[in-house]
Amino acid sequence: MRNKLTPVFLVLCGLLSSVSLLAHHGNAAYDYAATKSLKGTVTEWVWVNPHCILKLDTKDDKGVDTHWVLETGSPVDMLHAGFSATIFKPGDEVTVDIMPTKNGAPVGRIRRVVFPDGKALVAGGRYTL
Amino acid sequence: MSNRFGILGLMLFALPIFSPILCAQTGAAAQAGDAGQQDWWASHEKWNTPLPDKSVYAGKKSAPAPRRNLSGAWDGLNEGGTQPKGAKDYPDDASHRPEPPYTALGKEARMRNKAGEGEEQVPIAMVNDPVDSCEPVGFPRTDLFSLKAMTIVQTPNYVIWLNQSHNVYRIIWTDGRELPKDPVPRYYGYSVGHWEDDYNFVVDTVGMDERTWLDNVGRPHSSALHVTERFHRVSRDLLELTVTIDDPKIYTKPWVAADKLTLHLLPADFDMGEMICSPSEMSQYKKLVANPISDK
Repeated sequence: MRNKLTPVFLVLCGLLSSVSLLAHHGNAAYDYAATKSLKGTVTEWVWVNPHCILKLDTKDDKGVDTHWVLETGSPVDMLHAGFSATIFKPGDEVTVDIMPTKNGAPVGRIRRVVFPDGKALVAGGRYTL
Repeated sequence: MSNRFGILGLMLFALPIFSPILCAQTGAAAQAGDAGQQDWWASHEKWNTPLPDKSVYAGKKSAPAPRRNLSGAWDGLNEGGTQPKGAKDYPDDASHRPEPPYTALGKEARMRNKAGEGEEQVPIAMVNDPVDSCEPVGFPRTDLFSLKAMTIVQTPNYVIWLNQSHNVYRIIWTDGRELPKDPVPRYYGYSVGHWEDDYNFVVDTVGMDERTWLDNVGRPHSSALHVTERFHRVSRDLLELTVTIDDPKIYTKPWVAADKLTLHLLPADFDMGEMICSPSEMSQYKKLVANPISDK
């Protein structure tokens, strides 16, 4: 077994030296205890595995624009949570509660979305949250 | 893309043919309350059907279990099938359940697996989970992680297991053949099954490729792994799955990774949505999300 696993491990180490092959199970990168609320404009809703992505533009009190990339769960998990592939459209104004990153990158995991009509959905199902 | 439609087509073809018992059912997803539950079972999406909230199963009256029949679409999500922090009965979380009983070789193998989940989770740049590169999930990780919807189809000679997560299929032979003596490893192994009685179907699987992980926190296995699955048909609507791990190279004794994990019968018209690891989509995800957050 050791002989078989060793080359596999070496290959994995090699692959992981490439930034483009980083993992998607990145729990350690997020601050689980924190919640940040964002109010902004949807630019794109990307309905893909492993996790759907919401792109959101915000402007803070000082007029600084930020482009956020916010992940959720997989499409099947999002369907379970009441979302759909067409639930967001570019230009939608939404409020999003996110789990922020530890390194301050404008990335987050969505906890909850409040839509323009006041409807709120908790994102991602049991697994993601 | 054609493979996706092939498997999906097989699922759609198989459901109405092999699941007549499901025809008595209707139904699916309500958020809460009896009225909502009835609404869900009576009316739900016919394509990419969402798995329902668990409230739709509460208090549902069920007919007796059919004899020697597992056919149908099943929901593992609502009773612990996701298992993000390891196998259901050995979670690697704050409950501090003991680790499985490793041999010395097993401990070494465990240390090599760097998971992004569990108490030993590592920073995202150090994770070496093969699934994160769209490598095959492998068996029995399909039982012990992300067990969402699955469809079981019985034929005279084998049982087909169609798994939503990662679009995996398995063939479980029931024609009386023996397990291979010296199998060439496969990601999903070699399986034979038999009915122990009218309501208990037992599956033995060997020959798994040891590059795969047992679960989502990186428990390892060797090619000597033997997995026993017991499917207990409790009633028409309930199925219990128990998974036992026996790998003398990695573990000092057999251990039960999932004890009576409950699966709920889904409506006959349930359409499993895709959950596929696409390398190009994974690359996009890593570029947008994983890379920017990888420096801590």
